[in-house]
Amino acid sequence: MTYKRHVDRLPIIPTSAKEHNVTCHYCIVGCGYKAYTWPINQQGGVAATANKLGVDLGQQQPAETAAWYAPSMYNIVRQDGQDVHLVIKPDPDCVVNSGLGSIRGARMAENHTSLQRGTQLSRLTTPMVWRYGSMQPTDWDDALDLVARVTAAVIDEQGEDGLFVSMFDHGGSAGGYENTWGTGKLYFGAMKVKNVRIHNRPAYNSEVHATRDMGVGELNNCYEDAELADTIVAVGTNPLETQTNYFLNHWVPNLRGTSLDKKRRELPGEPVEPGRIVVVDPRRTLTVAACETEAGKDRVLHLAIEPGTDLVLFNALLTYIADKGWIDRDFIAASTVPAAQGAALMSRPGGGGPGAPDPLTDFAAAVAANRTTIEEAARITGLKPEDIVKAAQWIAEPKAGGRRRRTMIGYEKGIIWGNDNYRTNGAIVNLALATGNVGRPGGGVVRLGGHQEGYSRPSDAHVGRPAAYVDKLLIEGRGGVHHVWACDHYKTTLNAMKFKQVYKRRTDMVKDAMNTVPWGDRQAMVDAIMTAIRQGGLFSVDVDIVPTQIGQASHVWLPAAIAGEMNLTSMNGERRMRLTERYMDPPGSALPDCLIAARLAKAMERVLRERGKTAYADQFEGFDWTTEEDAFLDGYHKHEKGGEHVTYARLRAMGTNGFQEPATGVQDGRIVGTRRLYTDGRFSTKDGKARFMITPWRGLQAAGKAEQKARFAFLINNGRTNMVWQNAFMDQYSEFVMDRMPYPFIEMNPDDMKELGVAAGDLVEIHNDVGSTQAIAQPTPSAKRRQTFMLFAYPTGVQGNVINGGVNELVIPNYKQTWADIRKLAAAPEAARRLSFKSPEYRT
Amino acid sequence: MKGCDLMVEVGRRRFLGGLGVAAAGAAASAATAPQAGAAPAPALVEYPSHHLANLSQLKTDEPLAVAYPDKDAPGVLIKLGTRVPGGAGPDGDVVGYSTVCPHKGFPLAYLKEDRTLNCPGHYGRYDCEKGGQQIWGHATQNLAQYALRVDAKGDIWAEGVDELLYGRLNNVL
Repeated sequence: MTYKRHVDRLPIIPTSAKEHNVTCHYCIVGCGYKAYTWPINQQGGVAATANKLGVDLGQQQPAETAAWYAPSMYNIVRQDGQDVHLVIKPDPDCVVNSGLGSIRGARMAENHTSLQRGTQLSRLTTPMVWRYGSMQPTDWDDALDLVARVTAAVIDEQGEDGLFVSMFDHGGSAGGYENTWGTGKLYFGAMKVKNVRIHNRPAYNSEVHATRDMGVGELNNCYEDAELADTIVAVGTNPLETQTNYFLNHWVPNLRGTSLDKKRRELPGEPVEPGRIVVVDPRRTLTVAACETEAGKDRVLHLAIEPGTDLVLFNALLTYIADKGWIDRDFIAASTVPAAQGAALMSRPGGGGPGAPDPLTDFAAAVAANRTTIEEAARITGLKPEDIVKAAQWIAEPKAGGRRRRTMIGYEKGIIWGNDNYRTNGAIVNLALATGNVGRPGGGVVRLGGHQEGYSRPSDAHVGRPAAYVDKLLIEGRGGVHHVWACDHYKTTLNAMKFKQVYKRRTDMVKDAMNTVPWGDRQAMVDAIMTAIRQGGLFSVDVDIVPTQIGQASHVWLPAAIAGEMNLTSMNGERRMRLTERYMDPPGSALPDCLIAARLAKAMERVLRERGKTAYADQFEGFDWTTEEDAFLDGYHKHEKGGEHVTYARLRAMGTNGFQEPATGVQDGRIVGTRRLYTDGRFSTKDGKARFMITPWRGLQAAGKAEQKARFAFLINNGRTNMVWQNAFMDQYSEFVMDRMPYPFIEMNPDDMKELGVAAGDLVEIHNDVGSTQAIAQPTPSAKRRQTFMLFAYPTGVQGNVINGGVNELVIPNYKQTWADIRKLAAAPEAARRLSFKSPEYRT
Repeated sequence: MKGCDLMVEVGRRRFLGGLGVAAAGAAASAATAPQAGAAPAPALVEYPSHHLANLSQLKTDEPLAVAYPDKDAPGVLIKLGTRVPGGAGPDGDVVGYSTVCPHKGFPLAYLKEDRTLNCPGHYGRYDCEKGGQQIWGHATQNLAQYALRVDAKGDIWAEGVDELLYGRLNNVL
């Protein structure tokens, strides 16, 4: 039987309950929620006057009511040492989600640790160390002393390049401005660590270098632009499942035509009609199906492109639109570099070199260099020529009266983790600049985002460009100590099978050495560890909220807190910054990452002084924080643009709507923000002029991809699904999720399954030249033959095992273009037999 | 008897979580009870036993609109024609579900073609042959299914629900 909670009533929120602002800590959208807490021995009543919801709960509530919460929105947690009831429910007054909850965010309460109700008991509660052959508890001082001593000793012998760091750079979860600043000040301030990477890629680099190089910050519009656009272009993104309430609350109204009043209001005197959408994706996603439901098939254009060829499509669109004259000449003249400068840019030294892979230039030069005919594009992309022309018309053909068409372009991991990231990103932004769709209502050329953002760190310029390919260096035996902050390479890297083999071997060498020494003899312990490191071993420190897969190899685990257990600030995909207030205690002695970083810095300072390294020790000063707010004031408030206007008190007063960054001032106690970037036509370059990019097609760019495609039968496209957040770091402990998703699925065409003798739910092995992994077969009639789609980064079947090590010039991985063979492993395991394999696609 | 069945079911699934909530509610009731000596509240919600239909009224794949535990809680009875987990009746093929989507409370529609209940609000789908498992959607729970009993005369009785119904904080108002 499918999982049921058998909860048939819930405690009622009393009028006296405390109310806290919450921004969902999962995806980029950052839906507004409210957390309510109240003492364990109290409850509200059914009468409207006796509960916080202010309605008669003796009545059935209607659809979309704010006066209901699901069992997943309820828990019993600790607050200031006391047990309290907790309800976290969507906030109807938040402009982001208007009361909608997603299948991820609406489980925040249940996804907290509750000793009383048995949820998330796997959270780390105390520092753990490798002692007597297994992970054993210790206290913070003891754990950090060992980490500092080993780290200092490695730096002594190898310099700071011997310290490898993997650290999240995102908002939400356990990220946010407080925690990126804490870790950033340690590794980029006190130290200048170069061998550093981010949570989802093997280097410390931007996912969207190209748009930034062109002067266009990647989050430049606001969510309302999706309601105002004449046409939305979605490239390599599946927003219904990965930016759910942005799609439901802002895209759908446009497609349904219910945002027409807003269009008339905001765009007076201009012809408006319900929105159209172009979806560029090799797969018929649930987004495509939902768009057809809402807008009708005639207003949805799904370009089921040959995987990895998006660049060709965008070059052809630019060519066609330029030739038709459907461009914004005034915008190009006022806001992009003139032709004379374009030539100079192209011939500048280093243009096209490793740090600047492709030349930036002016409009005319870019159109000339990127010229691609519709026929040529159709041949490479596999699309129908008439569909490419239709896309061009929907994007740029002037409206009645010659009015410019408003087109918003959103792209995400299909592009970011796809073929030739830099050029493809550039080709997309070329189109937006040519049509004047940046900085204007109904426009924007934006990444749609994964996590929320929350980046505040000292300069990373010392890392260089291209940045070090950290995972490769670790495989090659480099480095002596590895600090891991909420990253799980075992699940979320490329070439993962090889990485795991080497990482386990290197860390096992240190474990074996540690087993030879009593724990209490610190000097002997450090000596033993250093001997193993000199022989190729690696000392691994894992800071995380739960035991991770890479953590199985680590020697120290340090328990971190998440949003809600600490005050935490982040911004969403329209730069909307909010404060999630602390509404409960972290489990055990877990701490916010920023305070862990501060304590580690202090331990480093002490150890370095002991070792007589006074000048170096001095660099570790400035971490006298006792709260996360101290880190916020030291970081964001002091260093970020407009940060001086932003304080916890002001954010608290601004609730779940916050303000849109950057802050420009304060009026009547409220922070004044910025709805859209670049409304003045000045871009993020020294001269304020945006650049076009030369983006010629060169086939499958990353090493080994073309060979893999030729050799193996199936495309193993991959990505997320609605139910699971990120790599399931918390969902793997959710009965609701694991009942539905015991193994990753792989969507396969039923005829392919028949050929392989595979039935729905059977375990299959996906194997190629770099590794192998497993999934259960999900028959998918809409899947093209030989094109599969597998859930990414899942703990019970890591898709990264079969992704080769190929990256682009700036060390951006290509996860998406992966090919492998598939064979049956076993008939459906018991956990898969109770699953539904019916199509997830909504039909009427 | 009904209480025992429910207790067994609770015990089978998530004893700790279920009891935690029930006990918390009970403890709080006691604390706020105005007078000592009041009858103690039972730990489980008391579901009514309602006659929904007779087997003779059901045709395979023709959903019958019902309501349970009261008229404000719409639901459906379906004879699937194949034995399914949780199915009632001599053929083990009769199921009953709430038709209020547990995401935002929109009414679900039955799609005969693949025996699913579908939500026009935000595209959620529930499998009637798999205990109301959410095939895809935004709800954080699977679809509430009725505990059905079919007597010797073929009368179908609903006697419980296995998830919290949308729009009420107590399944029995």
